Amino acid sequence: MDEATAGGLRIAVLVKHVPDAQFDRHIGGDDLTTVRTESILSELDEYALEAALQLVEAHGGPSAGHRITAITMGPAAAVAAVKKSLQIGADDGVHLTDEALNGSDASATSKALAALLRHTGPFDLVLTGMASTDGETSLVPAQLAERLELPQVTFAASLELVPGDSGWTLSARRDNDTYAETIEASLPALVSVTDQINEPRYPNFKGIMAAKKKQIEVLSLADIGVQQDEVGLAGSWTRVEAAAPRPPRSQGIVITDEGDAGVRLVDFLAGQKLL
Amino acid sequence: MTTVLVFLDHAGASLAKSERELLSLGASLGEVTVALAGDADQAYLDGVGAYGVQEVHRPEDAAVSEVLVAGKAAFLAETVRRTGAGIVLLGNSYEAKEIAARLGVRLEAGVITDVVGLADDLTATKSDFAGSYSVACRVTTDIAILTVKPNSVEAVEAGLPSSPREVPVPVDLPAAAARVTGRVDKPVSGRPELAEARVIVAGGRGVNGDFGPLEDLADALGGAVGASRAATDAGWIEHSAQIGQTGKTVSPQLYISAGISGAIQQKAGMQTSKVIVAINKDADSPVFEIADFGIVGDLFTVLPQATEEIRKRGL
Ligand SMILES: Cc1cc2nc3c(=O)[nH]c(=O)nc-3n(C[C@H](O)[C@H](O)[C@H](O)COP(=O)(O)OP(=O)(O)OC[C@H]3O[C@@H](n4cnc5c(N)ncnc54)[C@H](O)[C@@H]3O)c2cc1C
Repeated sequence: MDEATAGGLRIAVLVKHVPDAQFDRHIGGDDLTTVRTESILSELDEYALEAALQLVEAHGGPSAGHRITAITMGPAAAVAAVKKSLQIGADDGVHLTDEALNGSDASATSKALAALLRHTGPFDLVLTGMASTDGETSLVPAQLAERLELPQVTFAASLELVPGDSGWTLSARRDNDTYAETIEASLPALVSVTDQINEPRYPNFKGIMAAKKKQIEVLSLADIGVQQDEVGLAGSWTRVEAAAPRPPRSQGIVITDEGDAGVRLVDFLAGQKLL
Repeated sequence: MTTVLVFLDHAGASLAKSERELLSLGASLGEVTVALAGDADQAYLDGVGAYGVQEVHRPEDAAVSEVLVAGKAAFLAETVRRTGAGIVLLGNSYEAKEIAARLGVRLEAGVITDVVGLADDLTATKSDFAGSYSVACRVTTDIAILTVKPNSVEAVEAGLPSSPREVPVPVDLPAAAARVTGRVDKPVSGRPELAEARVIVAGGRGVNGDFGPLEDLADALGGAVGASRAATDAGWIEHSAQIGQTGKTVSPQLYISAGISGAIQQKAGMQTSKVIVAINKDADSPVFEIADFGIVGDLFTVLPQATEEIRKRGL
């Protein structure tokens, strides 16, 4: 098939700056929002970025006119997620930042991101991770698809694009508990990918140097036509009322097997009334 | 009285435990009506009726299920409009959460996922940050959409069984949607579902390709078999058995971890288990930090001995 007919792809990859799970994570302040020190590019978004890079490489590379834009929303420090994406291979970046965004729930987040994608696009493909590693709701990709009226292919464990006379088609696989599905959609579309889809690459020296020359556009809510009270705590449809750290699990008994550990395990289970 | 709409995705031969829990929770909040996306046998509908449900809403067009997520969200939105429901309850599968997500945008209603407890005033309890926080939250809109984890409530039949009426609902299928072009069923194990199991025996890289001793112990305990990502990546067991950040989160009464080191992403899926037992050769494995009972030893000797002991005691 003729790649030229289908045209160069514009791919948006949504990347989030999240608290590093290797450290203790906290909810704090009067508004009970996530404390964002020690944050990193969400590991689950690395799979989306890798998927974008592989799609471009499978269809003629950057010289075929494809373009990958890394997009984030968040406070000043969140731009680090975009910078890392540029080092890994995205072509340019966009950072939506505004005080009023703080405390946005999934619905407010998807509202801001939808406006941002409309403003920056059009995109042929919007790629995201399967969930953020902080909020973990996985609501945002589906809500974005609803707001942008895009076909939604979420939790993709594989992803291919096929160029055709009337544009690109994508095919994907997703695994359910009881069955595996194959999915087809035409572009433009929104796809969220799982950690089964690929093995993300690391930035190399060349990529780190090249990233210094790449553009990052910084935008505010006013730039994308969103009112302050449509997002943040004011624009959210859910509210956190209380948050308490669960007492950490304490270590119990540890024994070393001296030939009878299986029996002692059963004694323990019997003692706990678990048999 | 508030109308509570319970969404049931595809009907099995009979009502699943998690579906019975949803109907019970619904009945404790108001008058339950059901939206069912697919076909159902009489036995299934009778099961629904056992919860006092009068009406089961069904899409007029079966194509709703051939379209990924968007079709079911459109069906559910229309059903909420027709029934005037103030609360929508769904299960907590990936797909149920996505349907809830899109429904939230359509109805301008707040969505709370992973709910494990619900007060009368609809304050929902859930855990955050991989189980390290307990959070209370509320929907601030008139309609509340909640996805509820299995094992969060006790299923109690209404005692006033009814034969629900089927109500066809016309649905405008979204033009821009992905199509499901194929579906392959996975083999069924006969063991309980991970999300619903009281006991889980999970194995990691340490099982070295042989889940046999874990399956034997799981069967002796009436439990399910789970795995770490290292074991599913190696292809020793189905990906759907994976427990952790990108697999399932589970909270059984008993979680037995065998040959798993206890990386943060694995802990994320299991640390709200009631009792944790860990078997690992390496005394420095982080899994021992959270185990109620830890055994430094070889799983290939410890597990079979435990299984034999359980059988010997006739338990
Ligand atoms: C984005 C991301 C998401 C992830 N999501 C998940 C997830 O959802 N779930 C998950 O599990 N992991 C996940 N991981 C991977 C996770 O970081 C670990 O790599 C993984 O959990 C390790 O699996 P393991 O403990 O089985 O293997 P290892 O870390 O290799 O541990 C094997 C253990 O087995 C012990 N052992 C070996 N032989 C025996 C024996 N005969 N008897 C007893 N003990 C023995 C060893 O001492 C060792 O402790 C994720 C990682 C990333 C980056």
